[in-house]
Amino acid sequence: MEDIRIKITDRDGKTHEVDAPTDMAMNLMEVIRSYELAPEGTIGICGGMAMCASCQCYVKSNTDLPDMEMDEEAMLAEAFFVKDNSRLACQIPITEQLDGLEVELAPEEI
Amino acid sequence: MIKTDILIIGAGPTGLFAVFEAGLLKLKCHLIDALPQPGGQLSELYPKKPIYDIPGFPEVKAGELVDNLMEQIKSFQPGFTLGEKAQDIEKQDDGSFIVTTDKGTKHHAPIIAIAGGLGSFVPRKPPIKSLEDFEDRGVQYMIKDPEQFRNKSVVIAGGGDSALDWSIYLADIASEVILVHRRNEFRGALESVDRVKELKDMGKIKLITPAEVVDVTGDEHLKSVSIRKNNNPEEDFEIETDYFIPLFGLSPKLGPIADWGLEIEKNAIKVDNTLDYQTNIPGIYAIGDVNTYPGKLKLILCGFHEATLMCQSAFQKIHPDKRYVMKYTTVGGVTGFDGSKKEAPKSVVKAID
Repeated sequence: MEDIRIKITDRDGKTHEVDAPTDMAMNLMEVIRSYELAPEGTIGICGGMAMCASCQCYVKSNTDLPDMEMDEEAMLAEAFFVKDNSRLACQIPITEQLDGLEVELAPEEI
Repeated sequence: MIKTDILIIGAGPTGLFAVFEAGLLKLKCHLIDALPQPGGQLSELYPKKPIYDIPGFPEVKAGELVDNLMEQIKSFQPGFTLGEKAQDIEKQDDGSFIVTTDKGTKHHAPIIAIAGGLGSFVPRKPPIKSLEDFEDRGVQYMIKDPEQFRNKSVVIAGGGDSALDWSIYLADIASEVILVHRRNEFRGALESVDRVKELKDMGKIKLITPAEVVDVTGDEHLKSVSIRKNNNPEEDFEIETDYFIPLFGLSPKLGPIADWGLEIEKNAIKVDNTLDYQTNIPGIYAIGDVNTYPGKLKLILCGFHEATLMCQSAFQKIHPDKRYVMKYTTVGGVTGFDGSKKEAPKSVVKAID
């Protein structure tokens, strides 16, 4: 299996093009953390259980993403800065179908 | 003033296990936690979820792990200050510390162990401009005394259990209850959702969905909130109200501990991982998810290890002249402060005729 390329715009507006492995059972939140594109403690706070919205991102590309499950939907209903294209990065597993995905991190809740 | 040997800030799994390791060394512990129950995130966020990496437990639910830890430390009679947040710390001339909570409870101990996890759980505040200007002047993030809303009008925002439950409760007390939620669907116990619908049909709760409170106005006290329907600014309208209560759950924040003069890195407290998880202030340790060091992993099992080494170091600080070597519980048993003793059954020596 090969790595895929993902474009991630951080909270300062800087866009990073990164390689993400498809064979490590990683999700998008973990990829963002592994490249330290947001300071530790400001992303993935709940560890990836869809229980906080610290990994909220806006999906910019037309990539076909897995449908939202109930947990994610419920969390986004309570989250702040939510837009129509909001997703929780921790609920998006890295697969080959995601090659070319472009996302932007939502602002940090204060 | 509460006096103890080790004052543990945070009653999550790491803090609870520290009580056990301290107890083996005859050191008494007292715990402070902002939540009303022990267990930290395990109890607050995911009590029903399974954990698979606790050594010796192929699978254990987070809530059960907390119950087990409470049972394990019971005979060491830990004290608890729950529902209060550690706020201030004062170093005494003898090197000990006095920690005061946000409710004024004072604790005195020679050793402080911060096991604060991700921080103390505080209400999530929606990003509304000037919301903070009206805090305690009409804007509240939690309800302590429902009677204060008697015959007042209340706007509640949120779509989870607490928003539903408080809307139901206040429907009989307040003159008017308006529940604003961003979706048409509510996430909560089925009875609560059904009850809100009944109260809505009876005209006791007014529902505004899908909508969001986008502004608050008033002078000395809150006067009105501005509500945006369907995400469309052109539909914004004002509602006069006495109170606005946003209920969006809790999120952890490091809080006042960040101002205690401890070295902070990556939203965590830097500790000496080569020895005893002590911070830059002698006598203050940080264990579990709240600390950081090269190679740190935020795992419960790592917190248990850190708690164990911290207690050994604390013992030496409290009793610099006492000799001690670590003893296996299988050999020494566990003698509680309540007089109970657990030990391995002795083998018998008896001839077989």
